[in-house]
Amino acid sequence: MADPIRQLGAPGEAPALRPGRVVGTPFRRVDGRAKVTGRTLFADDLAFPRMAYLRLVRSTVPHARILRIDAASALAAPGVLTVLTGADLPEPFGIMPVSQDEHALCLDQVRFVGDPVAAVVATSEDAATEAARAVVVEYEPLPTIATIDEALATPHDDERIHHHGDGGNVHKKVSLRFGDLEPGFAAAALVLDDLFFYEGSTHLPLEQHAAVAVPEDEDRLTLYSSTQTPHYLHRALAQVLGLSAGRIRVIATPCGGGFGGKSDPFSHEIVAAKAALRLGRPVKVTLTREEVFYCHRGRHPVLMRLRTAFDRSGAMRAQHLRTALDGGAYGSYGVASTYYTGALQTTTYRLDAYRFDGVRVFTNKPPCGPKRGHGTPQPRFGLEIQLDKAAVELGLDPAEIRLRNLAPAATVTANWLRLGTNGLERCIDAVVTGSRFRERWGRLPHGRGLGLACGAYLCGAGLPIYWNHLPQSAVTLLLDRSGGVTVACGESEIGQGSDSVLAAVVAEVLGLPLGDVRLSVADTDLTPVDLGSYSSRVTLMVGQAAIEAAEKARELLAGAAADQLDVPAARLVFAEGRVLDAADPERSMTFTEAVWAAEARHGLIATAGSYTPPRAPGRYRGAGVGPSPTYSYTAAVIEVEVDPTTGLIDVEQVWIAHDIGRAINPVLTLGQVEGSVYMGLGEALYEEQVVRRLPRHRSGASVLRAVSMLDYKSPTFLDMPTVETYLIEEPDPAGPFGAKEVGQGPLLPIAPAVANAVYDAVGVRIDEVPVLPHKVLAALDAAKRGDPARFGPKRFPEVDYGETLIVPTPAEGGDGTAINDWRDRERRGMRGAGGTMAERSAEPRSGRR
Amino acid sequence: MLRLPPFTFRRPATLDEACALLAGEGAGEGRPVRVVAGGTDLWPNLKRRQEEAATVVSLMGITGLDGIGNGGANPGAGAHAGDRDGPTGSAAGELCIGATTTLDRVAASPVLRASYPALADAAAGISTVALRNMGTLGGNLCLNTRCTYFGQSEDWRCSIDYCMKEKGEVCWVAPSSDRCWAISASDAAPVLAALGARVRLVSCAGERAIPIAELYRDDGIEWLAKRPDEILAEVLLPAASAAGGRCRTAFRKLRRRGSIDFAALTVAAAVWTGDSGVVERASLWLGSVASSPLQARDAESSLVGRRLDPETIAEAARLCRREATPLDNADFTAQWRSRMVEVWAADALRALVRFPS
Repeated sequence: MADPIRQLGAPGEAPALRPGRVVGTPFRRVDGRAKVTGRTLFADDLAFPRMAYLRLVRSTVPHARILRIDAASALAAPGVLTVLTGADLPEPFGIMPVSQDEHALCLDQVRFVGDPVAAVVATSEDAATEAARAVVVEYEPLPTIATIDEALATPHDDERIHHHGDGGNVHKKVSLRFGDLEPGFAAAALVLDDLFFYEGSTHLPLEQHAAVAVPEDEDRLTLYSSTQTPHYLHRALAQVLGLSAGRIRVIATPCGGGFGGKSDPFSHEIVAAKAALRLGRPVKVTLTREEVFYCHRGRHPVLMRLRTAFDRSGAMRAQHLRTALDGGAYGSYGVASTYYTGALQTTTYRLDAYRFDGVRVFTNKPPCGPKRGHGTPQPRFGLEIQLDKAAVELGLDPAEIRLRNLAPAATVTANWLRLGTNGLERCIDAVVTGSRFRERWGRLPHGRGLGLACGAYLCGAGLPIYWNHLPQSAVTLLLDRSGGVTVACGESEIGQGSDSVLAAVVAEVLGLPLGDVRLSVADTDLTPVDLGSYSSRVTLMVGQAAIEAAEKARELLAGAAADQLDVPAARLVFAEGRVLDAADPERSMTFTEAVWAAEARHGLIATAGSYTPPRAPGRYRGAGVGPSPTYSYTAAVIEVEVDPTTGLIDVEQVWIAHDIGRAINPVLTLGQVEGSVYMGLGEALYEEQVVRRLPRHRSGASVLRAVSMLDYKSPTFLDMPTVETYLIEEPDPAGPFGAKEVGQGPLLPIAPAVANAVYDAVGVRIDEVPVLPHKVLAALDAAKRGDPARFGPKRFPEVDYGETLIVPTPAEGGDGTAINDWRDRERRGMRGAGGTMAERSAEPRSGRR
Repeated sequence: MLRLPPFTFRRPATLDEACALLAGEGAGEGRPVRVVAGGTDLWPNLKRRQEEAATVVSLMGITGLDGIGNGGANPGAGAHAGDRDGPTGSAAGELCIGATTTLDRVAASPVLRASYPALADAAAGISTVALRNMGTLGGNLCLNTRCTYFGQSEDWRCSIDYCMKEKGEVCWVAPSSDRCWAISASDAAPVLAALGARVRLVSCAGERAIPIAELYRDDGIEWLAKRPDEILAEVLLPAASAAGGRCRTAFRKLRRRGSIDFAALTVAAAVWTGDSGVVERASLWLGSVASSPLQARDAESSLVGRRLDPETIAEAARLCRREATPLDNADFTAQWRSRMVEVWAADALRALVRFPS
């Protein structure tokens, strides 16, 4: 990889460095030294006096009723302190208020191999392990539902995995129509109707989940856990343990990787807390690598049918997307995931008429949930391949067809998402230029090819997981006489650099060196709520809240300093740990002196800032999924070498440009881009979380094929190609200093760019991931036989998506509601019209308070 | 994390002592005595409860059991026999590699690089740097057979009702078959077989040196012909020039990633050519496609008396594919692996042509 500093900015653009300031400069992350020297204490590193160890007993059958749990010999084993079963924790929970379908330990039914059934606590990990092996669970097997087809074919009550959802084994159905599709299809120069399949994959964080529960005095409890969402975990613990949230303290420990896999409340966290309360001693649980595969919550396998009308110029005139998600055994974030497979299709390219039908089913497999890109890489894969096909059909180059379809910035899409700045055109230009795409695409020798794809992603979900009107993020600042600043925020660092962003933003506003900013984060006793590290929300939301808190503090200090220096406050500049007169820098005082002056005048200087996203213009049922303060954009070109005799694919190089708005820390930004490329290549070419099914008459098994890092084929450093990254900085007023997200968006174009490159190399379409060599050979063989040169799904199931909500688009003069939903009619009746489009567009874009 | 089951750990200082432990302890007990060297195979297998042990005897405390050299270079290996010129001693010019020589050392050895590059290549490609620093040549040769059904945790195996390699009845790879099809996963074995190496087996009852091909049985459950009380002490490589003519060797490995993964297929080739370039003797072995290293005899015969021209190579590669029948118990689909036997065999044979003289 090239020197990261050299790669900063778009080609020919000098990096926007401002000497003496923090934001925009490549600074060392605040937790970097501790992490590389091993001083960081992860959850599993924690130890407390009298600490006991917990092991979960997990189901070895995919679907069954629990007849009996015999823990007698486990309880009699040496060192064993207690055994817990479902009866000890009967209260259900789940991350989404509409999907309260999990129990910390299964009550009477297990739903997948790996479902937690009992827990053994002992004085050592060895004793807990041996005793857990001695727990006997007797099951009465139930039929296993392992595929989308099987779930759709089992509508009867006695065939259901769960007794909630939208009937049978259907968890969630969505059907939405924005605008009239008929004219677009009728007048189309080209209609493409394709099937795609995106295989499931898991996050594979290096750190396995771990938690330590510590009972405190006065019936209080502290839970340390490797989690992305301490606030949601806090709520789930209160709910299941029946304790007031005020008596529970959740501390998110430094997290060795999340990627969405640690954003649900988990069985092991709740059971450890319960055991600690029962035993009155600390209880630690560290999952094995195999258990992490069972926790999952990873990428949903999604089958898609995408039908699009193009006009002669290549512009998309109408699109109908159908998705079917294999959800696994529980709801998790699945309702949101289902909406997300349709919601962001309109953010990159203009689509005036769009219909989306989605369904999520329950199957006896580890539950799927949010993984980097949450629900959007799958339809992105379909859309970007279909655009490639359309370009070929219409004789355009793949960059041109995308440029002709670009969604205009600062507009509202057909499905009522308000777009912010859009740097996609510059992104495309950067990668097309860098890779010499126009000169080389379609012209390389057989076996070598280039593929282009784009993407867009949220910079924070517009709505919280549970309904409330409170800020989504808050930051407090405490300035003390030392001149240091203590910043408190509930945000959780999961490796993405959120601690560094928080510190940098405060340092920037107050003109302090990073080292003078002290952080207190992710501790529900000591820090104000931030909803957590998910939906790429932290930089934007925490950043805005931090700016507000820091600006308030700066104002207080400036007022006091202005008097002492006898200059107008407006002329004061905070830089390099000093407060200076911009007109006469000799007139200055130290930051510490300014704190003294301000504290003398106002008392202790403590300020707060909070952030609430702007209200989204959509009002229809489902409009809550998709809105964001703004969206990031990415374009990527990938060059591959495909061996036609083996089907093996070598990724030679990746050029990727990301519209970051503004990079708070360019080095961490590059790390996030490269990490996304890495994870995207894993999904494109290697990884699949799939079950192995055995003949029913011999064993009803439906078990994960890979439950180790040996069998689960995540690429290694050796498999990583050269990545040339371009940061496109087009500051967005919605973000702190103009910054947008970078943690997830850059993953989106990778898989379709690989598939498009394979087509350019050997002329076959692989319409599913992972693109494996045998699939390439099968497509090449098909081409030789004269069959379609393609490998991919062949049919899409018949699905009853229910009544389609008809939502008039902004262009049609809609008001953001559906015309055929009684809830919307009622709302309109009650509140009068929710305002016209023009009125709502006039709302301020920044939601900072 | 996964925990080891309890067992007694012994670390003898001499091979005699180790042999005594194998012969004595554990006799009459249900749970066996196991030998460990680097532990990169046994420890995880024990953690997954794929194997059992009442006692584990480590060879790593035995001085001189590691090392690469001509006869006599490994006093530890020869100590038991006393005199290395005895009936099982090394023949003239034989190169001896002690069993506990790490794979890293095998890969980096200038002697092996010069005379047996295929062996160095094979060792260099095994797993990862960290595991090559611990894993040994002897350990690699004795690797438990692998299978995607067997190579999992105890709970996972319970959920498929186990398989015939342990408590179960069925081989899930071929449910109608009455045998276990777990595959030989050693990368060193096919190379050493192609080179005509021998292994020295030592026990209290004496010692013997057998051709390495005879160390293996075509059975996923009883994959070694070695007796449980025998310790594989040394690998004996014939002198590079022993067979006369010029020997060239090549090793090719197919796996998903550039590191970590066990092979989905290996090809080890050795040919001896006369001055005219005509093949006088050929040895072609396939790894990871059967329960033991597989000798591609038809392909070998097809090479003898011919030059390694493209047609000859293509024909031998086709024959290799015909002789191997990979099953669905490793990475990739079985059908694709089968197709790749031909491609990889041809690649290995072409590498022989490019071999520097």
